[in-house]
Amino acid sequence: MGIYKTEPLKCWGKAKELRLGVYEGIKKARDNGTMIVAGGTESAIALPAGFDMDFLGGEPYGASCAFAGIQDPSWNRGLMEASEAASYPRDMCAYMRIGIGSLLSDKFVFGGKYPVPTFNLQTHICDTHGKWYQIMSDIEGVPYNCVDYVPYEWETENESEESKRLKRVYMKDQMLDVIDWMEKVSGKKFDDEKFINAVNWECESTSLWAQCCMVNQAIPAVMDEKMMYSLYIIAVLMRQQKAAVEFYKVLLDELKDRAARGIAAFENEKFRMIHDSQPPWHNLQIFRYLEQFGAVSIGAHYSFSLSGGWAYDKEQDKYLPAKAPKEAGVTLKTREEACDWYSEWLLAYQTLLRSLRYSGRGKHKRIQDIIDNWKIDGMMIHLNRGCEGTAVGQMELRRYLADRGIPALTYEGNLADVREFDLERTIDKIDTFMETVGLTKIAK
Amino acid sequence: MITAGADVGSKTVKVVILKDGKIAGKGIAIAGLEAEGAWENAWADALKEAGISRNDINKTVATGARLKEVKGFDEEMSMVTADAMAMHKLNPEIKTVLDVGAEEGRAIKVDKDGKVSDFAVNEKCAAGAGAFMEAMSRAMQVSIEQFGEEALKSTANLPINAQCAVFAESEVVSLVHEETPRPDICKAVCDGVSDRLASMARRVVVEPKVAFVGGAAKGMGLRRSLKEALELTEVYFPDDIEFVAAYGCALKAAE
Repeated sequence: MGIYKTEPLKCWGKAKELRLGVYEGIKKARDNGTMIVAGGTESAIALPAGFDMDFLGGEPYGASCAFAGIQDPSWNRGLMEASEAASYPRDMCAYMRIGIGSLLSDKFVFGGKYPVPTFNLQTHICDTHGKWYQIMSDIEGVPYNCVDYVPYEWETENESEESKRLKRVYMKDQMLDVIDWMEKVSGKKFDDEKFINAVNWECESTSLWAQCCMVNQAIPAVMDEKMMYSLYIIAVLMRQQKAAVEFYKVLLDELKDRAARGIAAFENEKFRMIHDSQPPWHNLQIFRYLEQFGAVSIGAHYSFSLSGGWAYDKEQDKYLPAKAPKEAGVTLKTREEACDWYSEWLLAYQTLLRSLRYSGRGKHKRIQDIIDNWKIDGMMIHLNRGCEGTAVGQMELRRYLADRGIPALTYEGNLADVREFDLERTIDKIDTFMETVGLTKIAK
Repeated sequence: MITAGADVGSKTVKVVILKDGKIAGKGIAIAGLEAEGAWENAWADALKEAGISRNDINKTVATGARLKEVKGFDEEMSMVTADAMAMHKLNPEIKTVLDVGAEEGRAIKVDKDGKVSDFAVNEKCAAGAGAFMEAMSRAMQVSIEQFGEEALKSTANLPINAQCAVFAESEVVSLVHEETPRPDICKAVCDGVSDRLASMARRVVVEPKVAFVGGAAKGMGLRRSLKEALELTEVYFPDDIEFVAAYGCALKAAE
């Protein structure tokens, strides 16, 4: 008998249905020859929504391959080896390598051949992202474009309003250019109304996910991090769609209800942790292993903010869900207005992407905000060889935590390449960490 | 009360027997591909020195990377906690422990009660571990003990790659081809490994007094380099430096 009551999420099945529906749509489009757009999933995916299209996002696709590799290693080791055989080295982004391997092997993890898109559209959120789909396009023989992305600095840096304005205009102008380019390379007419709707829905769904994360401040937490991976993915894959907004409204209500009734994600929650960077998708059991000690990871800067809309509130000195256009009293009427608002949203409120560029004080402040407001007892840092972006500043963060006496555990691995993860050593480190914070395994 | 502690390491197995809180016997044996034989040999030596039989032991606590390969202990504990307990007993003023074993290096922060307040372990890279030092001593065609003595003869500062043991080894080969004096190469290796260890140690914030333990800590060259890398005036090196974790286990068994 646990300390808290627990029960499954009612909308779990819906999340699975939506997630698989995205890939079913891509398969259908591939088989019917209708429009597919591919690129990093953190690109401006509302932009191609001005067309009828299905979007294939490289990062969640890479995670799916890594996960599928648990049952069938050809989806993990096999695809990595295929990209290495084509001379792509092991120190590159693991999502990129697994994606290139999938394309070169002409295998789609959800069935059939790899779906070649009409064009690739990327956002330059990190150095690999800029290059990744250029290479994919070269191999596929399809057009490629990339929106340069220079996010606002963290609030700790006091960036001037003029600097922000210039960044916003720069991004908006690129978006407008990209719309013309997409029309040219696809030969299809861009529908402004569809685009404006997509911007509204993207802002609303990502804000709603942030609101869901806020509910997790409750003790006991209503979601654990492993659960979050199956929930935030809706925003990652299809945040520009109305179905995502509807899903998060239902989820938010359910989470609030769970919090009110004291329903826990994990019945023996004693020690609340957060994680840093993407997890090793091929070995998610480490999160269940924590539970043997009464510890539970209840979130991460990554899980909260990847496709999450967070705004810094100066008065309260904390991060809160950002206001979508409707909530902010703004009606987007034109393509230009939508591009302008969308630029602001991505530059100001997509805080995870900020930490791919800028390490140090800003990220520390955000982590401290999570530690304080989500009542965190310790942190687990994945020294992730597979993502140079999220690895930015990890050792600075480790030192920051050490200086403040916040227990932290580091473990080395790779988000998608199972060959760079040692489960035995990681378990050993978790055991040692638990011993140092005075936790022993709960008797069964 | 008679208790025992064992450290089943990657390269050696160490056993310490405590009789009423004092060390009565110690045994160490090199583990090859199978740790079980070394486990028995280390036990035999320790029991012989203590003049007792295995049945006289009230409790045995064990630790180490290859613990799963052996049987015959009552409880297990982590290397990190074992080191902290041992060092606190040996010198309660110790606040930071650096333990360099064959395959792993650890930095441990110890609080005033001897509990671990933080720790860091080197990751998959072999640089910063004893096995790398041994490989380099083979490359220099000297014993690991002579390797340290050679390093002490040098005052040169030759930077070598401290991040990767494989790259470091190829740099050593280049230095040999350039006819660099052996003492200078030995010192360069000690400095490189020390830089790696020092950066790991800084993750937990190094606070004096610092103790340096583990098999690699026997090397005089590495001792000097590490002291310089951490800008320390004083480092504590306990007697029986390889037995520290096993001693910590024996103390735990006696609790």
